[in-house]
Amino acid sequence: MNEFLQIFTLALLSTTVRISVPYILVALGATVSELGGVVNIGLEGLILIGAFCSVLGNYYTGNPWLGVLCAVAGGMFFAWIHAVVCIKFRANQIISGLAINIMAIGVTKFFLKYFFHSSSNSGRISGLPKWNIPFLSGTPVLGDITSSPLILLTILLVFAVFYAVYKTPFGLRLRAVGENPEAADTLGVNVYKMRYAGVLISGALAALGGVWLAYDQHQFTDGMSGGRGYIALTAMIFGKWNPALAALAALFFGFAEAIQIQLQTIGVDLPVQFIQMIPYVLTIVVLAGSLSKSTAPSADGVPYEKE
Amino acid sequence: MKLSKTFKIFLINIGVTLAAILASFIVGAFFILLVDVNPITVYWKLFEGIALNPYGLAQTLFKATPLIMTGLGIALGFKANIFNIGAEGQMVVGGFACAWLGFTFAGLPAFLMVPLCILGAFLGGVLWAAVPAILKVKTGAHEVITTIMMNFIALALTNYLVTYFFHLPETVHTQLTSQTAFLPRLDQYISAFKGSPANVTLFLAVALCVAFWWLIWKTPYGYEIRAIGLNPSAAETGGIHIKRTVLMTFLISGGLSGLAATNFIMGYKHYFEEGFSQGVGFMGIAVALVGQNNPFGIIFAALLFGALSHGTLVINALVPKDIIQILQALVILFVISANLLIKKYIARLNEDRS
Amino acid sequence: MKPEEIFAIELSGVTKRFGTIYANKNAELKVKKGEIHALVGENGAGKSTLMKILYGMYRPDTGVIKVNGKAVTLKSPKDAIDLKIGMVHQHFMLVKTLTVAENVVLGEEPVKNGFALDYARAKEETARLIKKFNLILDPDALVSGLSVGEEQRLEILKILYRKADILILDEPTAVLTPQEIKHFFDIIRKLSSEGKTVVLITHKLKEVLAVSGSVTVMRQGATVARVETSGATESSLAQLMVGRPVVFQVERALRTKEELDKSDMVLSVRDLRAISSKGHSALNGLSLDIKKGEIFGIAGVEGNGQSELVEIITGLKQPVSGSMNVRGKGINFPCSSPRKMFDAGIAHIPEDRHKKGLILDYSVAENLILGRHREPAFSSPMKMNFPGVDAFAAKMAGDYSIYPPRTDLRAGGMSGGNQQKIVVARELSREPRLLVVSQPTRGVDVGAIEFIHKKIIETRDRGCAVLLISAELSEILSLSDRVGVIYRGQLAGIFGAGEIGEEQLGLLMMGGKQ
Repeated sequence: MNEFLQIFTLALLSTTVRISVPYILVALGATVSELGGVVNIGLEGLILIGAFCSVLGNYYTGNPWLGVLCAVAGGMFFAWIHAVVCIKFRANQIISGLAINIMAIGVTKFFLKYFFHSSSNSGRISGLPKWNIPFLSGTPVLGDITSSPLILLTILLVFAVFYAVYKTPFGLRLRAVGENPEAADTLGVNVYKMRYAGVLISGALAALGGVWLAYDQHQFTDGMSGGRGYIALTAMIFGKWNPALAALAALFFGFAEAIQIQLQTIGVDLPVQFIQMIPYVLTIVVLAGSLSKSTAPSADGVPYEKE
Repeated sequence: MKLSKTFKIFLINIGVTLAAILASFIVGAFFILLVDVNPITVYWKLFEGIALNPYGLAQTLFKATPLIMTGLGIALGFKANIFNIGAEGQMVVGGFACAWLGFTFAGLPAFLMVPLCILGAFLGGVLWAAVPAILKVKTGAHEVITTIMMNFIALALTNYLVTYFFHLPETVHTQLTSQTAFLPRLDQYISAFKGSPANVTLFLAVALCVAFWWLIWKTPYGYEIRAIGLNPSAAETGGIHIKRTVLMTFLISGGLSGLAATNFIMGYKHYFEEGFSQGVGFMGIAVALVGQNNPFGIIFAALLFGALSHGTLVINALVPKDIIQILQALVILFVISANLLIKKYIARLNEDRS
Repeated sequence: MKPEEIFAIELSGVTKRFGTIYANKNAELKVKKGEIHALVGENGAGKSTLMKILYGMYRPDTGVIKVNGKAVTLKSPKDAIDLKIGMVHQHFMLVKTLTVAENVVLGEEPVKNGFALDYARAKEETARLIKKFNLILDPDALVSGLSVGEEQRLEILKILYRKADILILDEPTAVLTPQEIKHFFDIIRKLSSEGKTVVLITHKLKEVLAVSGSVTVMRQGATVARVETSGATESSLAQLMVGRPVVFQVERALRTKEELDKSDMVLSVRDLRAISSKGHSALNGLSLDIKKGEIFGIAGVEGNGQSELVEIITGLKQPVSGSMNVRGKGINFPCSSPRKMFDAGIAHIPEDRHKKGLILDYSVAENLILGRHREPAFSSPMKMNFPGVDAFAAKMAGDYSIYPPRTDLRAGGMSGGNQQKIVVARELSREPRLLVVSQPTRGVDVGAIEFIHKKIIETRDRGCAVLLISAELSEILSLSDRVGVIYRGQLAGIFGAGEIGEEQLGLLMMGGKQ
């Protein structure tokens, strides 16, 4: 038991914040897409795309910021495919999302072999440079947070997304389109355009989550998203489709992973496989407890058909 | 020639599906071009490897067998609007149960052992589908996420069991099952198939197809499943027990995926090996969709994807074998996009009648 | 051209096809500025379609649309809104998770600082319009909490915000109580006096006579007449609508109080309490008895517990407390189910046949056995008896004049009236002791209405008890032997036939005291 308590240190706190970044970014993306009424199961694959594109861009240009740009472009491209299939062709959104995941796995593995001649991991890349903010960079937890551009960007995005959703006409229309698209349509709001926007934004955000993963490990590895896309969807459900609450829930899942890592590092008496299971079991438990039916946007997952 | 409406719908389904497959091959060709290879060469070699030699044909059957079973399982779920994405985990657990029974009760004679192992595979799948199924019915927990989580947990759990208790030294697999659990290979009857592990579980798969067809279209239970899938509200008001039926259907769906493991465990390696499922669970989704949730379509789709699966090993020298996943995904995307066109066509047919 | 001769709206030669069905055939409409004009016709006559064309939701195949004398082409609602045309639809188009003010400004939001929503200004504008037209609403209220009458006022508010001069209202009084209807008419008259042109799409002839200045009658997609209201009567309008003289009252014998007192009890509920699916309290101690051979009608504004009452009686919902007896046997909550209720002799014609009554993709025959599919005549555990099903279906199609009599056709392709007949046929074939029927003639044309009413009375005459829930007060009053008014989850009063009139009913429905 003692060794179990050993993990609760300040290091855990900063690890949590770090590890939560992909969960938060993807959860924000999931929320934006679903508030507009499009379910995006494909986020898992979009994370992979983002991770791979960032490594590709970084590797060949040597510039980590260009890598970020590549990732966002790649994520938005694949998200666009999902959007076309779901919005224009009104196909089943869950299946489309799963297909995007399968495609992402295939595409990344395919080009991994082509560019890096390996079936498991890419060449090594540097991450984003650390920023030195005077004052804060010395401090224990805040120092870690503020020295990482991605973490700061994530925090900024949480506020930006919340603001956009609840305090701008864009957000109002997005929510209307996810709740009652016909009502919005009769008022002249372009339902299709709004939904495209929601999906593309979710693609960009998920890709950023992938960037964090790739830069944190300084390479791309096959299948590195590890279920985070699905866990982020759970965070969204747990947060009742509110971006701020979803981010909080994502933090919680990040915490679970942080604990898992710490447990493995200090070597507890529990078999490693059971520690690995923690995030997945936790996800199921959370889903069982969340009342998802009543709080989802009413038109979520329902293709819109203009009469 | 005046064609009946049902036949017209059948034709359009086939036509559109074939067009979707063709479209995905065309897009796939672009990927092949990107790696500086001639797509025609690749596709020809693919065709050669699959259709022009008996070994290829046998391999196709071998790979198609578990796909038929997971395809049926997933299609059964789709009929009732259940998205069982946990076929992979259900197959792994079913496979483990089957193998474990196979080597733990080694003394049993074949006529007891074979049904026992098959039952074990089925029940393993049922067990693994139970948690998401019960959660869906009792709490409305979204089964897509829960079943995917169960997939991850299945891998970790079986990894644990094999690593700590059951593995043979220097391997990642368990001991062999008893001889009585071995199912014969097809090459015992068709010598041209020599070298391929295609086995009699193929017949089990076909039998399940017939059972599926009967169940869905000829029994009151099938009437209820389809009703729930089409309009759960009306089904409930009409007296159908939604929760009970959905639960049962989900469990059977899991069991069918569990049975898919028998192809490997009882007909091929005769032990449980980590990673034996090789994405069959996920491919089953494509099979169910391309097969339009219909047993005969599923056989066709399973053969198609089985052929591709074998074929990509053939072309591995030319092009990374991951092209099959890309093709798979493209087929799914094109098929579901084309569904809109099919729906519009059917709507027009219906209007002309009334 | 003299000013009075310029019409605010002029539609001529409008044709619109959906597949092979003509929704509008050379339809015409002329409305003068400032008029209150009624557009009447049966369900399916083409009134809604014509107005949706005017509002830019549909493009006509042929025809000319002139607004204020100028010919226009409308590609979307936005074009109509730009021309100052506003439409309030039959089914409200409101976003429940947003506030009144947010719903009002959606699509034309006031902006500050370039990208932020100026909610304060939105609220201000909304409040100003509310006051000017006496609409009585709270700008900050969430739509999910509004009453139906308030929702309708919000819809009107939305189009006034967009400075509409031409207002199209589709079946505006379908969900209102008599008192709310009076208030609504006052609002309409005020709008007209402010120079706004109002088009009322309705099938309620009494209201047409009460508030409109002129009427256009449509039948089967075409315009058959345009008359001044002053010269019209209910019968003259009905005759134009249907093409033949129409009988308004159904012939039947009323049950007297003495007869009913001697009758057996079929259904008895005591002190039912239940919670709605949204978590609010829906039934607050409701009690009632229904006797054999009577039609018990419940009048009430939607949302006062009728749906929950029906759900409990038909086994779709469990009450929080209270008891229920069917023919003397107690019902064991929380274990009831639709199946158990069917077995107890209760049949259910649900209020939304598309959502709850029929499986549109199933054939007529398959729908006719829904719920009875496990009976020995229709199946054995491992096999369906299709010949048995088809024989039964053919008989039902004949008995209930289902057209076309092809029971293999998809139910979704049948007309509204025939679809309802399928549901009625199915439920009555159970030979129930209690028939629960909700909104039986909603969206059904006059011919089918007469048929369904006759069947309900026949069922009662055969000794079945009937629980009738309807928003059409005239239907309740003409069919019921006893009438109950439901308000806030309780029965505010039970009256024998003839003991109470529409006015008083309306008052009780709004919570007033006798």
